[in-house]
Amino acid sequence: MPAVGSSAGGPLLAVRSLTKLFGSFAACNGIDLEIQPGEIHALLGENGAGKSTLVKMLFGVLAPTSGEIVWKGDSVRIPSPGAARRLGIGMVFQHFSLFEALTVAENIALSLSPGISLSKVAEEASRLSHLYGLPLDPKAHVADLSVGERQRIEIVRALLQNPELIILDEPTSVLTPQEADRLFETLDKLKAEGRSVLYISHRLEEVQRICDRATVLRHGKVTGACDPRKETPASLARMMVGSDVASVSTAGTNTKGDVLLEARHLSVPARTPFAVALKNVCLKVRGGEVLAIAGVAGNGQGELFDALSGEYPAADASAVFIRNKPAGNLGITARRLMGAGFVPEERHGHAAVPSLPLSDNLVLARSQSDRRTFLGGGVLGIIKHAVVRLASRRISETMDVRKSGDDPAAGSLSGGNLQKYIVGRELDRQPAVLIVNQPTWGVDAGAASRIRQALVDLAKSGSAVLVISQDLDEIFEVATEIAVISEGRLSDVYPAHALTRETIGLLMGGMYGKTEGEEVAHAH
Amino acid sequence: MGIVEAILLTVVTAATPLVLASLGELVSERAGVLNLGVEGMMVMGAVLAFAATQATGSPYVGILAGIACGALFSLLFGFLTLTLVANQVATGLALTILGLGISGQIGEPYVGMSGIKLQPIAIPLLSDIPFIGAVLFKQDLIFYLSIALVFGVNWFLFRSRAGLKIRAIGDNHASAHALGIHVIRTRYLAVMFGGACAGLAGAQLSLVYTPQWVENMSAGRGWIALALVVFASWRPWRLLAGGYLFGAVSISQLHAQALGLGIPSQFLSALPYAATVIVLILISHNRRMTLINTPACLGKPFVPDR
Repeated sequence: MPAVGSSAGGPLLAVRSLTKLFGSFAACNGIDLEIQPGEIHALLGENGAGKSTLVKMLFGVLAPTSGEIVWKGDSVRIPSPGAARRLGIGMVFQHFSLFEALTVAENIALSLSPGISLSKVAEEASRLSHLYGLPLDPKAHVADLSVGERQRIEIVRALLQNPELIILDEPTSVLTPQEADRLFETLDKLKAEGRSVLYISHRLEEVQRICDRATVLRHGKVTGACDPRKETPASLARMMVGSDVASVSTAGTNTKGDVLLEARHLSVPARTPFAVALKNVCLKVRGGEVLAIAGVAGNGQGELFDALSGEYPAADASAVFIRNKPAGNLGITARRLMGAGFVPEERHGHAAVPSLPLSDNLVLARSQSDRRTFLGGGVLGIIKHAVVRLASRRISETMDVRKSGDDPAAGSLSGGNLQKYIVGRELDRQPAVLIVNQPTWGVDAGAASRIRQALVDLAKSGSAVLVISQDLDEIFEVATEIAVISEGRLSDVYPAHALTRETIGLLMGGMYGKTEGEEVAHAH
Repeated sequence: MGIVEAILLTVVTAATPLVLASLGELVSERAGVLNLGVEGMMVMGAVLAFAATQATGSPYVGILAGIACGALFSLLFGFLTLTLVANQVATGLALTILGLGISGQIGEPYVGMSGIKLQPIAIPLLSDIPFIGAVLFKQDLIFYLSIALVFGVNWFLFRSRAGLKIRAIGDNHASAHALGIHVIRTRYLAVMFGGACAGLAGAQLSLVYTPQWVENMSAGRGWIALALVVFASWRPWRLLAGGYLFGAVSISQLHAQALGLGIPSQFLSALPYAATVIVLILISHNRRMTLINTPACLGKPFVPDR
């Protein structure tokens, strides 16, 4: 009997040599894992390490190729998510499996056993959401809700099943620090009730803060099982990455050259009710400099990137200068031809077309700036596939992009690897000016360090680099100069060594009272 | 019977096949399947209903034959697009062309034959109400069915769990699959409901509207039905209203000619499509409206990754 198994002190869930093959590629390779009742168990690993594949098998979304899943002492087969829920496994997905066109109550009702009326679901949902501190309005349409609210629906939905094991896939990657704190309180309540949590993350400090045990994955294999509280971030990172994460080397002096990128009194009105207007932004980036722009999300970073890259050109040509030529009213292609390169924030759909192979994405970005190299046939513009493939391979090798096959669809790469490719695609041109928005957002430690090093190296070779980032660690790693954006206004530019985290925190909210600044400093 | 009553009666008769065919397509599209074969399924239903009525002498057998034929014909579409994951747009167009061709072949011997009209059923008491009684309560079975189906589908989609699942699949089939909902099976059922409705609409044409068989007798109503679904923004009540509006417009061509009004009939026959375009513009202008009403997975093939 399963009940006897768990009361005898055995693990709630045990996984023995679980393997999942996609073709010849082993996403999970002989995984062993044990989860005890009432523990928060971390599943650590870089992007692409096989964490998501593993939990999809536990939740019946994917069928394992071989291996065994043992639930309360009994070997079980989990053919569908419904079967997983019947066993007592609940899951909160990283990319929410919510239906935008439906209401909160309808979304919850869908995952419940039949026979419960909608009004009852709404009642039970609001009871549970209050109990665990997750306020929700059952009648709201999901399309109108924020990311944090959407996650609450997922959690309440999982809780309504009264699960004994709850799987959370990268839950904090979409939350503000305050929302994350609230989530941790909820998890503590669940643990106190004797439920187990499988917590998937690559954020070490979180794992150390809330998890009792940790299993570390790398390239589809378990590389360690430990008590995260007894480890250091460095030792955990070593298990995750396989070697110590290379810290970014800034050795050697940057020779400051001419001003290559300049914004003069750049003002852009807000395009939509949710956008931020840019107010009189002035900045100069010289060759050899990395100017980092810090700020809390939603203070005009996206708008600044759009204006500097030409995605939404300014009305006034003299608002932006690239290599001393006015470019404020020019589009992206014209600015690229002047020697600038751009990496926007969103990998999927903005920086890359997910369904197209990497080589096609390369042509899309550089068909004008590298017209002579990539295109033949004069006005016909026939793509020289062999040349493009070669360039694509060169970028992958330089940036250590790991992928399956020679030229896979961009969407099939893990976030970190695609980001390395996208940054590499611009670096490969040796642009005189590079503007990057959130270069390592949602990227694992190994890839982030690789990307940062590449940015630093580009500046050393004499280019001007502008990095927009919310990550203060990143900013201090790469920047030679720092400015802070707040409500569409840019602060003065300071040399990086002249600033501390505290002063940046104050600048972030400085104009609007001290509390905001403290909150920001606390978040990092 | 006054002239207004007579005109209203023709409006009802013209609107019923539009309401039925588009209601079926609405369910199919709510499940995320775009079936452009409505015209073909409709005309197949019409010819089989006519043939079965001729063979048995009973128009009720004809109705059943029309429904069964539409459902079976849509099953072909389902197999191609859901099991073999063929492109829905191309398959739907092929289904229409195929249906028009086969129906012409089957209907060859029936051309020029006089048909058997489905007789109206007068509902006691209600049919005696002056004016309304004659228009609404002295109608044939298919009309009553069409109204009942609008009520039924509206309740089913927005009040029942099965309807909720259909809407969920149409909105996000990957998530629906992850929740353990049978995406392909449900879509088959939705497509077949759409086919059955289109077949019933066809039966109405050859048993009520003009009780005879004429080649291509659906005459583009399948396309109007498709436009009507969008016009109604995938809502059954709006669809009922739109069906009668489109029916009135299409019948007004005849009345306009009979009354000698100088409105070109081409203008009137283009009106439903123009109205649909305007509705589309209004819907897509508002992102929230689009998100909440349009099935986001409409026309997208689903292949579970296992």
